[in-house]
Amino acid sequence: MNQPDLRLWLIPVLPLVGAAINGLFGRRFKNSAVSAVALLFTGASFLYALWAGLQWWHQTGPHIESLGDWIWAGTFHAQFGFYLDRLSTVMMLVVTGVGFLIHVYSVGYMAHEGGYYRFFSYLNLFMFFMLTLVLANNYLLMFVGWEGVGLASYLLIGFFFLKDSAADAGKKAFIVNRIGDFGFLLGMFLLIGQFHSLNFDAVFSGVAKISPEIGWGVLTATALLLMVGAIGKSAQIPLYVWLPDAMEGPTPVSALIHAATMVTAGVYMIARSSPIFSRAPHALEVVAFIGALTAIFAATIGIAQTDIKRVLAYSTVSQLGYMFLACGVAAYSAAIFHLMTHAFFKALLFLGAGSVIHALGGEQDMRRMGGLRKMIPVTFWVMTVATFTIAGFPPLGGFFSKDEILWQTYLHSPALWLVGVITALLTSFYMFRLWFMTFFGDLRLGEVDVGDEAHKPQAPAQTQHAPAAHSHGHGSEEHGHGGVHESPWIMLAPLVILAILSIVGGLVGIPAALGGSNHFEHFLEPAIQVPMTAEATPEKASLELIFAGISVAAALIGFFIAWLLYYRRPELPDRITARIHGIYTMVLHKYYVDEGYSLLFVKPLLWVSTHVFWRGVDQEIIDGTVNGAASASQRIGGGLRRMQSGNIRSYAAWVAAGGAAVIAYMIYLGVRK
Amino acid sequence: MVPLSWYLILSAILFCLGVSAFLLKRNIITIFMSIELMLNAVNLSFVAFANHLRNLDGQIFVFFVMVVAAAEAAVGLAIIIAVFRTRETLNVDRVNLLKL
Repeated sequence: MNQPDLRLWLIPVLPLVGAAINGLFGRRFKNSAVSAVALLFTGASFLYALWAGLQWWHQTGPHIESLGDWIWAGTFHAQFGFYLDRLSTVMMLVVTGVGFLIHVYSVGYMAHEGGYYRFFSYLNLFMFFMLTLVLANNYLLMFVGWEGVGLASYLLIGFFFLKDSAADAGKKAFIVNRIGDFGFLLGMFLLIGQFHSLNFDAVFSGVAKISPEIGWGVLTATALLLMVGAIGKSAQIPLYVWLPDAMEGPTPVSALIHAATMVTAGVYMIARSSPIFSRAPHALEVVAFIGALTAIFAATIGIAQTDIKRVLAYSTVSQLGYMFLACGVAAYSAAIFHLMTHAFFKALLFLGAGSVIHALGGEQDMRRMGGLRKMIPVTFWVMTVATFTIAGFPPLGGFFSKDEILWQTYLHSPALWLVGVITALLTSFYMFRLWFMTFFGDLRLGEVDVGDEAHKPQAPAQTQHAPAAHSHGHGSEEHGHGGVHESPWIMLAPLVILAILSIVGGLVGIPAALGGSNHFEHFLEPAIQVPMTAEATPEKASLELIFAGISVAAALIGFFIAWLLYYRRPELPDRITARIHGIYTMVLHKYYVDEGYSLLFVKPLLWVSTHVFWRGVDQEIIDGTVNGAASASQRIGGGLRRMQSGNIRSYAAWVAAGGAAVIAYMIYLGVRK
Repeated sequence: MVPLSWYLILSAILFCLGVSAFLLKRNIITIFMSIELMLNAVNLSFVAFANHLRNLDGQIFVFFVMVVAAAEAAVGLAIIIAVFRTRETLNVDRVNLLKL
């Protein structure tokens, strides 16, 4: 096939160049130069990705570019190569586009922070690894990107590394991700064992050749192990615990890495591996179950959180649960559709929250906010768009993607659908709770005592309260005494663009039942294997309409409950929480999952490490061997020293004894003969 | 004719006497003499074998040993005299300046 050379490697390498320039020389640059370099290379990458995408738009098959061999080992062969099909085109454009907008926003948001060049260097490095992940043509190169984004995420979560909680959160994210990566690695080993290759083409054609009766065990195991990797990266139960803590990083990082792009890598990986998953129905069921469980579990936690970023973090976990649910019911294109709209509206929510925090001089507790509607009108309006989008109000983007997922889930399993609808209701409720608490009522800055139980030190994850925020001080000096004020245009412009994208983003995927033609799904069809396509019969179309109505009703109910509790009767929540104090406390403490993990895994590991590996193996055996060897030779030497007394006659005695021994031996030999 | 073994037994006895005297005696001149005794015990077995095997090599070796022994006696006695002059003793246990 005659394939033009698109030079796909330029897309990831451009941000890498930016990262290198800023990382190596940025210390000497002015802030404006640093941001110019970062924006230039990210923007160039976006434009080039757009160009490359347009070049390939009309094609259905994948475009593969190999840059050369990487590893030759026996029958195993890995390449450096890039793979552009419609799936990676969507991902590539989302990553570069949203990434560029967030870079622009960061120029304003990070203007008063130390380590400005470091921040942009890390951010560009993240872009490089994410694009490598998305564009790789084999699992190994994908894994390089996979680990690289983990590294960038670690560096950026711990960006305020002087703050213990930030450094700890970075480590937590890294370690929890290792568990998932282990699964990913084992999955790759199984693939190598089975197909002697990690190239997508080779693996997928190999999968197609395996007969299901013989191969389903291997395929299920591979799929489950890959899923473990995806669970770690995409923050699903039971490995979701790192994502809420990751909010210790600067807000643009939360938006880019921990909402819009990196955490969706797991969903992308499952969608990319759809040929494997489609032949492992049991693994798919597990994926769907985990997704649904995570969605509702995280949504309930989100209800009780008071930190604006943590609400959004749990919301992210919950939305990722939706995407997993979609993957699990083999609706990969719906998952990617939701991934795209989620990238728009969740980035918008985080950036809007960042704008709120910026306006309030570092305040993150929603109980101290309120009445900001008039003070920061642009932020208010974009946040309104984002809130209505995530809650699923038509015709905004989130409605179509979420509805698509719910509809596909219903076709697969009504029970999971019910979970999804309840989650939609909860999502709507906590998002409007955030909206009402932040923008309506009166400003409660400095009035509310937030020193209640949620902020006592025994809740280790809940450290992001006001004093800590001031110590790392997002603009604590510059903004603290300036009063509440709107953010500069460089922060607002990306917000407005993302708001527009959130509104129109869903229009590419309007399902047939609602008068559209679901362009998005058809667009992705060549890239994704869908085992069973629901036939669009008229009665199903009307059923789909009813279900869309149910979704909207769920969103409306959530809206009204939030309106009642946090706008109309703001005294009610306290009375309700007093009534169900036990459950409330449990939810407030996130079901004590962190504490449970600490008790189950961290403490025993720490004990074993301290008492067995450190004091036992290391100090006793390793150190003991070294010290023992030294003291043994000292003692033997001390003994031998006494033989060398300087007494001539004792030497002579040794010689004589030696001679006697030789003679005795020779006599013995003679006798034996 | 006296059999070879007798010579060898006598040689072994003389050698053992030399060794014992070397190990047990304190007087440096006695030790020196015991060295000579060991050398001569070896000489005895050399000549005995030479006679037994009808081969002159052993006798030639004996000459060499006697030459070396004579040289050694000359050097050794000179050292002993020098030691006696500085230490005023012939007891080897007192001559231990080089000992640790």
